Amino acid sequence: MKLLVPVKRVVDYNVKVRVKADNTGVETANVKMSMNPFDEIAVEEAVRLKEKGVATEIIAVSIGPAQAQEQIRTALAMGADRGILVEAENTEPLGVAKLLKAIVEREGPQLVMMGKQAIDDDMNATGQMLAALLGWSQGTYASKVELADGAAKVTREVDGGLETVNLKLPAIVTADLRLNEPRYASLPNIMKARKKPIETLKPADLGVDVAPRLSILKVEEPPKRQAGVKVGSVAELVAKLKTEAKVI
Amino acid sequence: MAVLLLADRSGNIVSQPTRSAVAAASQIDKDVHVLVLGGAEAAQAAAKLPGVTKVIQADGPAYEHGLAEPAAALLVALAPNYSHLLAPGSAMGKNIMPRVAALLDVQVITDIAGVESPDTFRRFIYAGNALATVKTSDGKKVLTVRAASFDPVPAEGGTAAVENAPAAEDPGVSAFVGAEIAQSERPELTAARVVISGGRALGSAENFAILDKVADKLGAAVGASRAAVDAGYAPNDHQVGQTGKIVAPELYIAVGISGAIQHLAGMKDSKVIVAINKDEDAPIFQVADYGLVGDLFTIIPELEKELG
Repeated sequence: MKLLVPVKRVVDYNVKVRVKADNTGVETANVKMSMNPFDEIAVEEAVRLKEKGVATEIIAVSIGPAQAQEQIRTALAMGADRGILVEAENTEPLGVAKLLKAIVEREGPQLVMMGKQAIDDDMNATGQMLAALLGWSQGTYASKVELADGAAKVTREVDGGLETVNLKLPAIVTADLRLNEPRYASLPNIMKARKKPIETLKPADLGVDVAPRLSILKVEEPPKRQAGVKVGSVAELVAKLKTEAKVI
Repeated sequence: MAVLLLADRSGNIVSQPTRSAVAAASQIDKDVHVLVLGGAEAAQAAAKLPGVTKVIQADGPAYEHGLAEPAAALLVALAPNYSHLLAPGSAMGKNIMPRVAALLDVQVITDIAGVESPDTFRRFIYAGNALATVKTSDGKKVLTVRAASFDPVPAEGGTAAVENAPAAEDPGVSAFVGAEIAQSERPELTAARVVISGGRALGSAENFAILDKVADKLGAAVGASRAAVDAGYAPNDHQVGQTGKIVAPELYIAVGISGAIQHLAGMKDSKVIVAINKDEDAPIFQVADYGLVGDLFTIIPELEKELG
């Protein structure tokens, strides 16, 4: 079975982002970029499915700037077989889902394994939107995935605990944090990944209109909190919470 | 045109995030209809929410567990009568609404933190480090609501009529197998007035339990950082942060939590934040109203005693 794994190039999760002075967005020039952490988990799960003999080929796909090649190379170094880069910037989840749908129809995977959300726009939407456009089942926030007999049994992280659903294949599964611990790519694998093929496309090659539906009117710093005080003892803390903050 | 809100029910009651979403929906339009999947008693509870003008209840095995595929198909069938389709930003709402949006060919706007106008909304990006104002050009608006940003409407006061949902097709591609819902006597994390959270510094699941006694005295819910959850000290659904729950209680007590960006994303709207940490340079002190530097294993029992 073929697996498709979409990966996104995002500002590294350790970077404290800064809002641009003109309020048009956040500063992304000269900022460290990486693969979205949830996508690393999705790649890892795909590679494990291949190691178990369930998957035969893993295609890593990224929709983003030319530099998103780096994130595809990372996926290839982790164990993906080949890559597809669709060069399109600032695409919204709906546009990304439409591009992915076109790639799914071309490549014919039985499972799309992806992250539950990207840590830049925090949308948490692309997987569900792709499932809708394809008419496929969806297993979001997966913490466990078992494939057998044309179905995927997915344990999902929901608000009160865990829930298990059975999905007919083909399906979309989105990875939650606890699905697995992604591996580090070894140096020999990074070298080998350089030789694996990456195909580059434009949205027009796939016949997809990715015109945005949302316009960002402004991006601001969130309201700052007032500087607090350090207290010297538990008694002082409790006294302040009672009389000053009046919360207990 | 009216707005349709998909309710999230916990058993026979409507969840608090749903009541926050009613408050958000009321800012968009005075005519708020609520859709309840399964649960006749929850539908009656939804009818009592102030601001709700009609409740639509959908019975049937496909809806009982809120599976995304049949639920989205039903919402799409109802959509022609509504300008806006909303849901609380709970696991259920986030699972279903993007699917609905794609079926309607619109871009979903998730976790709205403010309503500027019927087509312009505020939402946080980059783990709460930036606040974006976005305007949509889509005819129909599909949204999820960040509960911590809207005061929930009271549970009583309304008198809406309940009617049955029209039949909609079940795509039949998924089935509910089972659930393991964590048992807790304490208030729900996203609804609690006081939250006490522990981090990696607690050291073990046994040690983590020392927070329980303080929680009991304060009527607080217990939360955890990702590090504590990953180490197995606390269950997954206790996680507060960008990838866990977003809370905004009156009092948030962070115990042995350093204060990573991803954790702050889940709690920095709390009214009063208390940090207890032995590292006086921990980033948590930059957002804390009251900080206490010291060993949590001496401070927590002392705090319990001090609370009487």
